[in-house]
Amino acid sequence: MAIKRIDGRKANEMRPITAKVGVIPRADGSAMFKIGNTQAIAAVYGPRDLHPKFLQNPDKGILRCNYSMMPFSGHGDRVRPGGNRRSKEISMLISKALLPVLNLEDFPNAVVDVFIDLPETDAGTRCAGICAASMALADAGLLMKDLVSAMSMGFLDNEILVDINSNEDCDLGATDIPLAYIPSMDKISLLQLDGGVSKENLMKILEIGKQKCLEIDKIQRKALREKFKE
Amino acid sequence: MNKDQKIHLLKSLQKDIRYDGRKKEQFRDVVVELGISHSAEGSARVKIGKTEVLAGVKMALEEPYPDTPDKGNLMVNAELLPASNPEFEPGPPGEEAIEISRVIDRGVRESKAIDFEKLCVKKGEKVWSVMVDICTINDDGNLLDASALAVLAALTDAKFPAVSDGVIDYSKKTDKKLPLTKLPITITAYKIGDHFIVDPLPSEELAYDSRLTVALTEDNEISAMQKGGEEPLSIEDIGKVIDIAQKLAPELRKKLKR
Repeated sequence: MAIKRIDGRKANEMRPITAKVGVIPRADGSAMFKIGNTQAIAAVYGPRDLHPKFLQNPDKGILRCNYSMMPFSGHGDRVRPGGNRRSKEISMLISKALLPVLNLEDFPNAVVDVFIDLPETDAGTRCAGICAASMALADAGLLMKDLVSAMSMGFLDNEILVDINSNEDCDLGATDIPLAYIPSMDKISLLQLDGGVSKENLMKILEIGKQKCLEIDKIQRKALREKFKE
Repeated sequence: MNKDQKIHLLKSLQKDIRYDGRKKEQFRDVVVELGISHSAEGSARVKIGKTEVLAGVKMALEEPYPDTPDKGNLMVNAELLPASNPEFEPGPPGEEAIEISRVIDRGVRESKAIDFEKLCVKKGEKVWSVMVDICTINDDGNLLDASALAVLAALTDAKFPAVSDGVIDYSKKTDKKLPLTKLPITITAYKIGDHFIVDPLPSEELAYDSRLTVALTEDNEISAMQKGGEEPLSIEDIGKVIDIAQKLAPELRKKLKR
């Protein structure tokens, strides 16, 4: 039984993706990642001095991510600026998703700041944020083991959906499974699940998610090469 | 900026040459793009040179303020995103962000650019609130004028969301546009020594002695002003700035389509 998606996509079809590197000249590194009507802009500053000093780690640099929806980017009411519990949690999860590919040992006491801002959203924001941030870190010239890509998977009416939109996530109540994947390590660095699936289905979902992340990885690499081809 | 750098800057301004080759009263290229966010009721991107600012409009049905029971509400807020400048930090708006949003708010409000009475749904009970948020993407100087233009552009792009049984359906937009009557243009002139420049670069922003922001409507009427900087201005200076603003405003207004 094939599910009918509001935007006419097949169950395993992602929305159109645009990726661009170097969108904020003032930043040390920056990138934009747009999937459907979800758009994330990431800026990287650093490694730079970390204040207040008590936050510093003398062993290695720290990564600090800040995920923020622009006030007009929600698909309902205005989003109050200044962050909330949701954005704090997502910021922390994004840091953890990116950390495994970074080498911050050479930057004791320093911080790498990643600011992720979203001008428009239609679900899958943390995944778009990770994709943009990963490209921005590479653009900043940081030594990295690999890129990180991410995909928001869904499960609805016993069917696996790729890249769920807000209609499926919020209105239809699909189980929502965002994941981030590091190709060279073949490891998953972000995984959440809200809803209900069997172990058997989850294993299938992870396998499909991984394949989609590999497709995104290609798009990210292409965008990076595009900037540095001159 | 140290003393020697400022002397150097003043010498080149004497010859009407800026760091990037522009003349004193010359803007960088201005690009306005509408509809940059599907989530907002109206949105715009403004680029002035490498400076980039987004503005988005959200609308809601709310109770009117007791002193204006038959008029809609306007709110302008500026977020100086830490992504746009290494010196900006996350947190509540600082002085600069508050000044930007308040100057723009007054420019729109006091010029009556929006026909606020048409935003009234039921007197004393329900009116439309228009909330405009500015988000800076890249700060390469002149955030104030860029933000003001972005706000106006986003307002021209805004369409009312659908309403059924008094509840807004944000997923559907109507064809009805915001009732705009005027397009006030905001221009800021910066005084460095005896010179006035517009559209400053970050390095020029470090060097100015005083600045004056002027918002002008189509008929060249002044709808808002704000003096900034540490040095005072003479009445003659103020006249000069208004002349500059009146000369440059029509070019910027052309970038807006109604």
